[in-house]
Amino acid sequence: MRKESRARPRILLVDDDPDLLEMYRDLLGQLPSEPEIQTAGSGARAMALLETEDFRLMVCDLRMPRMDGLQVLSIVRRTHPQLRTVALTSVLDEEFRSRAYALGVDLFWQKPGSEEEIRMFLECLESLLGRETEGGFRGMQSKSLVDIIQLECLSQSSLVLRITNGNLTGKLWIQEGQLIDAETDGQRGEPAFHQILSWQTGHFETLPAEPSRPRAITKPYNGLLLESAQALDEGRTGLGSDGPGAPAAAAGLSEIEGIEFVLALQHGQTTPRIARGLEDSKRMGAWAQQSLAGFRSLEERLGAGPLEQVEALGSRRHVVLVEQGDLDFCVGWKPSMNVGQVRTLMKKVLALWAC
Amino acid sequence: MGLLRLFEKPAPTLLRLPSGSFTVDCRGVLLIDTLPSTFPRALLCEIAQQVLKVFREAASAQLPLAELNIRYASLKITACELRGGALVFLAPLGLAQEQPRISDCPTRAVRA
Repeated sequence: MRKESRARPRILLVDDDPDLLEMYRDLLGQLPSEPEIQTAGSGARAMALLETEDFRLMVCDLRMPRMDGLQVLSIVRRTHPQLRTVALTSVLDEEFRSRAYALGVDLFWQKPGSEEEIRMFLECLESLLGRETEGGFRGMQSKSLVDIIQLECLSQSSLVLRITNGNLTGKLWIQEGQLIDAETDGQRGEPAFHQILSWQTGHFETLPAEPSRPRAITKPYNGLLLESAQALDEGRTGLGSDGPGAPAAAAGLSEIEGIEFVLALQHGQTTPRIARGLEDSKRMGAWAQQSLAGFRSLEERLGAGPLEQVEALGSRRHVVLVEQGDLDFCVGWKPSMNVGQVRTLMKKVLALWAC
Repeated sequence: MGLLRLFEKPAPTLLRLPSGSFTVDCRGVLLIDTLPSTFPRALLCEIAQQVLKVFREAASAQLPLAELNIRYASLKITACELRGGALVFLAPLGLAQEQPRISDCPTRAVRA
């Protein structure tokens, strides 16, 4: 793949209306970063351009004939995960906003109708162009979660950080530069904080401060960050052949009530990387992979965002299929459990794996 | 500013995520549905075929299934096995919306 030019970021504009494309081109030409702007009159043309050229940002209209903007964004999020995406719409509809964010777009923006709105729109685009595209936490790509916490604490911020890692969600409460509480998956305080810090990647967003939140963490944030870093280092040195997280997860899995088997499969491979509790793991692995591939193949046509989880409920056992990082998990549960219990405990399994 | 009104073009409508249900027989033929007519029937058939395939392959892997919950970021599909066919529910998910589970309904049809 060609290297992206750092001097002038490249923007791809997608809209079926040539007049609007020209107008956007002029508007975006005013950005301080002086981007190079390329236009596409359809989703298909945009796809073709993305295959042959590098872009840092794509601005896509939602309402287009044949392939609509949600379908385009759905494909682009999968094929070009590093590309920044902006959904532009004149449709004032919460459903489309939710769906666009569920697809992972960076910005959903109603088409600007005043000079002030245009100014704000351009500021947002400039901000998106300024962000690096390396791994880490989306929303501040070049920063690790540790960096983000340090940044907020050092600047004496008051806010709530909501962090999402796959199906897992955690919150950190920061009040006047002090970390006062953390919460994830039934845990609170320091254990929750260490759990969240063990996640390697994810998304984060800032929520308004909650000054009334009772303080559950009394240690200074830098001490806690140090403890987490040490714990992670120790975890890494103890890795077995099963791969990241496997030894700790395997030990923890046996303590989870109702679990029958666990398979961890590399994408597209039926031979499990981890197989516990099953004699014929290949057969189950093949079914899991085929089922996930089949439902993933519907993602783009539905425009409903990425596949998150499949729960298969049966009289002999229940099975949950879910993607975590570069692995597909297939976890079997006793049939006596109800779907709510399975769902809750599945989060525990994934949390163990994320450690 | 008249120029800015250019932003408000008439444009094709976006496909809304459907809310409703449909039933298919064991060959995937659509028998009945409560979904809006704007939702493409071809896409319904694709969903049905995929669901039936998963049910069939699970059965041949000694894993008879009664229900599938397939969760996308903004759509939940719930499929109940129905004598080789399926009853399929589609429900859009809002950001903070949790759909009721078919498994919690006392009338759920479960076949061994």
